[in-house]
Amino acid sequence: MLKIQNLHAGIEEKKILNGINLEIKPGEVHAIMGPNGSGKSTLASVLAGRKEYEVLEGSVEFLGKDLLELSPEDRAAEGLFLAFQYPVEIPGLTTTNFIKTAVNQIRKYHGKEPLDAVAFLKMMKEKMAMMSMDQSLLSRPLNEGFSGGEKKRNEIFQMAMLQPKLAILDETDSGLDIDAIRIVANGVNKLRSNDNAVLMVTHYQRLLDYIVPDFVHVLYKGRIVKSGPKELALELEERGYDFIKNEIAIGEEV
Amino acid sequence: MSTIGYIEKYYDQLQAGKAGTPLANIRQGAFADLNKMGIPGSRHEEWKYTRIGSLFNREYQLASVQNGDPLNATDINNLRLPGSAQANELVFINGKFSLELSSIRTAGLVVLSLEEALNGEYRDIVSANFGHSAQYLKDGINALSTALVSGALFVHVRKGKLMKHPIYIYNITDARVGNILSQPRSLVHIGEQAQVQIVENFITVGKQDSITNHVIEIAAEKDSITDYYKIQNDASNANLVSTTHVRQLGKSMAHTVTITLNGGMVRNNLNLVMEADHCEAHLYGLYFQQGNTHVDNHTVVDNVKPHCYSNELYKGILKDNATGVFNGKIFVRPQAQKTNAYQSNKNILLSDLASVNTKPQLEIFADDVKCSHGCTVGQLDEEALFYLRSRGIQEETATSMLLHGFAIDVLEKIKLDPIRAYVDRLIDERLEFETI
Repeated sequence: MLKIQNLHAGIEEKKILNGINLEIKPGEVHAIMGPNGSGKSTLASVLAGRKEYEVLEGSVEFLGKDLLELSPEDRAAEGLFLAFQYPVEIPGLTTTNFIKTAVNQIRKYHGKEPLDAVAFLKMMKEKMAMMSMDQSLLSRPLNEGFSGGEKKRNEIFQMAMLQPKLAILDETDSGLDIDAIRIVANGVNKLRSNDNAVLMVTHYQRLLDYIVPDFVHVLYKGRIVKSGPKELALELEERGYDFIKNEIAIGEEV
Repeated sequence: MSTIGYIEKYYDQLQAGKAGTPLANIRQGAFADLNKMGIPGSRHEEWKYTRIGSLFNREYQLASVQNGDPLNATDINNLRLPGSAQANELVFINGKFSLELSSIRTAGLVVLSLEEALNGEYRDIVSANFGHSAQYLKDGINALSTALVSGALFVHVRKGKLMKHPIYIYNITDARVGNILSQPRSLVHIGEQAQVQIVENFITVGKQDSITNHVIEIAAEKDSITDYYKIQNDASNANLVSTTHVRQLGKSMAHTVTITLNGGMVRNNLNLVMEADHCEAHLYGLYFQQGNTHVDNHTVVDNVKPHCYSNELYKGILKDNATGVFNGKIFVRPQAQKTNAYQSNKNILLSDLASVNTKPQLEIFADDVKCSHGCTVGQLDEEALFYLRSRGIQEETATSMLLHGFAIDVLEKIKLDPIRAYVDRLIDERLEFETI
């Protein structure tokens, strides 16, 4: 589904990613962990098409297409979804109007008619119930005055509405209490299927208790330095990132 | 500075045989002021960015000598605003109020020519209020309106009258034949406890150049409520100076919304003079300009008495080569303790060539007041744009949605449904906004 090969990228002269290789197949859940500044969010941003980041080398293939050639909106229409670490507040635009436009523009991209109002409303109510969201949030301006938990739930609600093939969750657990993590994780788990995949970017292990990954990758200085099964996350939690740093240091000496 | 020759000629024509009448005396005083002050050039502080002077380099015809077929009822039909079937419609053609083209539908609404008002029972009201704007607008443009006043309108809303249907004022400039100087002039008196909604629209017909020099003075008595809307979506050959001067004579409420979407050079003067305790005023504005349009909003809120409240929010979106000016003055007189006055001006520039000059000006002479002001000029929020695009929304649609979101808190201040729908439609057309 997603094939990242030798990806190098940076922002304003500063190189952050130094040759990432990663392959994700349908049905898989991958977690990328790493210390602060290792390039986790940069990877998420590059995949979603944030224009401040410049790709210097390498390729990314998504469902057979060259992802890096697509605009952010076309990436979304092809089935890529980024749950933002800091969802943006947009005054004057209601969540309903926003999501309706998104759903219908993606349908249009695939040559489909817009959803009729009844079908749309039904779908929205279902997904909101799934995310334990209050109806009143939908008529309020997008994310404006939402609590941290409400914003993150709104991200997963959008994911549920757009039904992406690959969801990238960028530090989705940051700033959430344990109940909110559970709701968010439940939502993600319900959306999992054999056809779609999840890439979680996280600093801490705790989200992985709720969304159990198939693979864990450790990102350090812009490279994946270690990959393993879900137990790797527990090891990191126990021993901290220093042991990775030490291993790397030893490896480099050799 | 001497007055431009042709203006003097029109003045002489108007005054011929009228010497000593009340209106002739008013014109005479203003004509002297015009001669003294002249048409403002760019060195005039209030006209620094709006170079009106250059427009007067060529000769304009005044309405009264316009040649060709006059606009008829059918022509006017095409220019009506939504909701016109219920509204009281007052029509100006080239600065002359036309009773025959107007429709007065609310029983008891007094609509007279200024001359009639001045010679009858409303004499004192006219004397006290007509020309009051000159105390705030010390320039030849305001004097020009008064110096050549003729065909002006007087409206009186009786004490206690709650007008269910609005008053629409159509300021039509007919520039089909020659270059036109059109000067619609109104005085509206709103009686105690009366409630009224006024909508002013500006329409220029024809392709010749025009200057519309519009002045409306509103005198609002105790316990009255006035909603005032100004809609400007005129042709690019149409230049406009539009002055709205509101006196709040007693504790009263005034709510104003100024929407400017198109035109050549547009200058709005909006003055709110709070002459009694506990007055409340709201000033909202949206300008959304493209092409070579220039729009200038000069506002004055004068807190003469204590305990008044005013809130002002102007928002601007400027595209292409459009230029904007916002100048917001708040005066708090020594007596006006406990004033609450807020002001904000926010702008989005959509091109490198668009520009805006914004200047808040607070002059506070009392020591127990709350006043705030602020202005911003920026581009569209890139992070917000990326957020929408990352959800599959095409860039153009996302831009439109963000601009619509930016404009909406001004649009929401239009409380008259057909006008709100009309302005929404104009904005949506401008944004090519698909309402899905």
